[in-house]
Amino acid sequence: MKDMQASDWDAAESLRGGDEPGDLRTVRAGFIPLVDCAPLIVAAEKGFDRREGLRLELVRETSWANIRDRVNLGHLDCAQMLAGMPIASSLGVGHITVPTIAPFLLGLNGNAVTVSLALFQGMLAADAGSAPLDPAVQGAALRAVVEERRRLGARPLTFGMVFPFSCHNYELRYWMAAAGIDPDRDVRLVVIPPPLMVESLEAGHIDGFCVGEPWNSLAVDAGIGRIVVTKSALWNMGVEKVLGVRADWAEENRPVLEALVRVLYRAAHWADDPANRAELADLLARPGYLGVDAGLILRPLSGDLILQAGEPPTHVEDFLVFNRQAANFPWVSQAVWIYTQMVRWGQVEASPEAEQAARRCFRPDIYRAAVRDAGLGASLPSMNAKVEGALAGRTAVGSADGRLTLGPDRFFDGLVFDPDDTAGYLDRLAIRT
Amino acid sequence: MNDTKLNIVVIDENPVRAAILEDGLRDAGYTRVTRIGEMGNLLRRLADLDPDVMLIDLENPSRDVLEQMFQVSRIVRRPVAMFVDQSDGTMIQAAVDAGVSAYIVGGLQKDRVRPILDMTISRFNAFSRLQGELDEARGKLAERKVIERAKGILMKQRGMNEEDAYRLLRETAMTQKKKLADIAEGVVMAARLLGS
Repeated sequence: MKDMQASDWDAAESLRGGDEPGDLRTVRAGFIPLVDCAPLIVAAEKGFDRREGLRLELVRETSWANIRDRVNLGHLDCAQMLAGMPIASSLGVGHITVPTIAPFLLGLNGNAVTVSLALFQGMLAADAGSAPLDPAVQGAALRAVVEERRRLGARPLTFGMVFPFSCHNYELRYWMAAAGIDPDRDVRLVVIPPPLMVESLEAGHIDGFCVGEPWNSLAVDAGIGRIVVTKSALWNMGVEKVLGVRADWAEENRPVLEALVRVLYRAAHWADDPANRAELADLLARPGYLGVDAGLILRPLSGDLILQAGEPPTHVEDFLVFNRQAANFPWVSQAVWIYTQMVRWGQVEASPEAEQAARRCFRPDIYRAAVRDAGLGASLPSMNAKVEGALAGRTAVGSADGRLTLGPDRFFDGLVFDPDDTAGYLDRLAIRT
Repeated sequence: MNDTKLNIVVIDENPVRAAILEDGLRDAGYTRVTRIGEMGNLLRRLADLDPDVMLIDLENPSRDVLEQMFQVSRIVRRPVAMFVDQSDGTMIQAAVDAGVSAYIVGGLQKDRVRPILDMTISRFNAFSRLQGELDEARGKLAERKVIERAKGILMKQRGMNEEDAYRLLRETAMTQKKKLADIAEGVVMAARLLGS
């Protein structure tokens, strides 16, 4: 009887690889069930945490607001966050001011815009069929529908996104504004929790949404949506989710944080390897994580998306990037870009102090200290910031090992973002709040 | 405006907990309390109800919908601010620990909302206690069932009477320094594994 209980314990432990909790430092990490939480799940499930003396305790959360509050209160040591969240928390926008930093990016790209089939019918009449996934063509078609509805006196189109400080919000607005649609006046943007996106589209509460996977593919499979734009086409290699921690926690637990960065680097590297794709899809599919079909998860992992039910897959290069091209490096320029979008859409008042605070949220210094000489094979860029959107193709850039290539990293409208000239950049943006 | 006229919306998919909170608020004299248990088209419905105070359980994904209301004042008639500033740290802590979050319309004095939030926190805590007791009672019931089954197995396999079977289980539990239910569970599991 005793033996049997012992063997039961072994079975339970083997799921996590047989930890010896006494020797390991526990780190509590919050996540939202999305495909791009993969590095956290992989870190725990494949035992990368233990190699650095950590035991990652994963906590599934139901809202970004919960993630923020529980990190603020110390219920969580760290969490998957939307890239805008550490900046919003540090600036005290929408909530109390809690300096929060991002020393590691969990992934680039990975989002998409899906519209209802009814809306897509209208867009087809405006030539949307000529270039699927081309943001300019799809945007022009959307604008035609918006204008037609205005002529007819129909209600404005409504789009869902996931949080005020989400990249989804900024991407949707960027795409629309570049197409000449004012996202504040011509359409409505509403926050919808991802689990409610598909049913809101089906019920006609919204006409489209910008969200991460698997939710676009779920709408496609439900036969109610069409993927029209991917984040990779709007701004390639743009930051999406980050590892967020309170600045004071980072200060007090610096060795733990650096170990965590190494753990996540290994996990992201593993997740990015095509050879591990099937295993990763199975992992994420488990009920405790995403709880959806592994086949569905394979689509964003491989970039072979089905844009609409019944169509063959369309390959999207770099649809979701976990590690390659220094994907985990927290470019200060990307934090500043998000700050400019917060200013652009009236969430933040522009000031040199706010810009400085936003800059300090992304912490390449911690990333560098953690991975340098750690035998990870990580290429370290020579700079902490770059001009965003300047690379038309693969380009060798300065790095410690001389092996780093980046790009393409274009914004679809061809604008280039110089992080040292935010005022000039904002001046060039025609539509803003 | 008389405080008891404050328009309060309770957003909770758990009908029992929402009822407990609604009762408490009504007992305290707040007469305008509306519960939303369906999350579809939430922003629209909130705009129609135009509440002064919104209370939402922490596990509800629609918390993020409320977060948007600080940003967008065009859809919702009046701008909304959260019941927090830097001085509210302990209040947030108490609310989060209780599993609830509160949002108030901008401009509403904090001291007017405080009793509502206090009431909400205490009712949420009371609900958790009830839930805990219920879980415990269910656990006890399950324990009793497994002990009954273990006794039955021992009686059948070893030809014992009920009293001896129970004594054997209890003595084993004592010598092993384990709970009686754990030992019983082991017996049931062993019987299952051995196909008997």
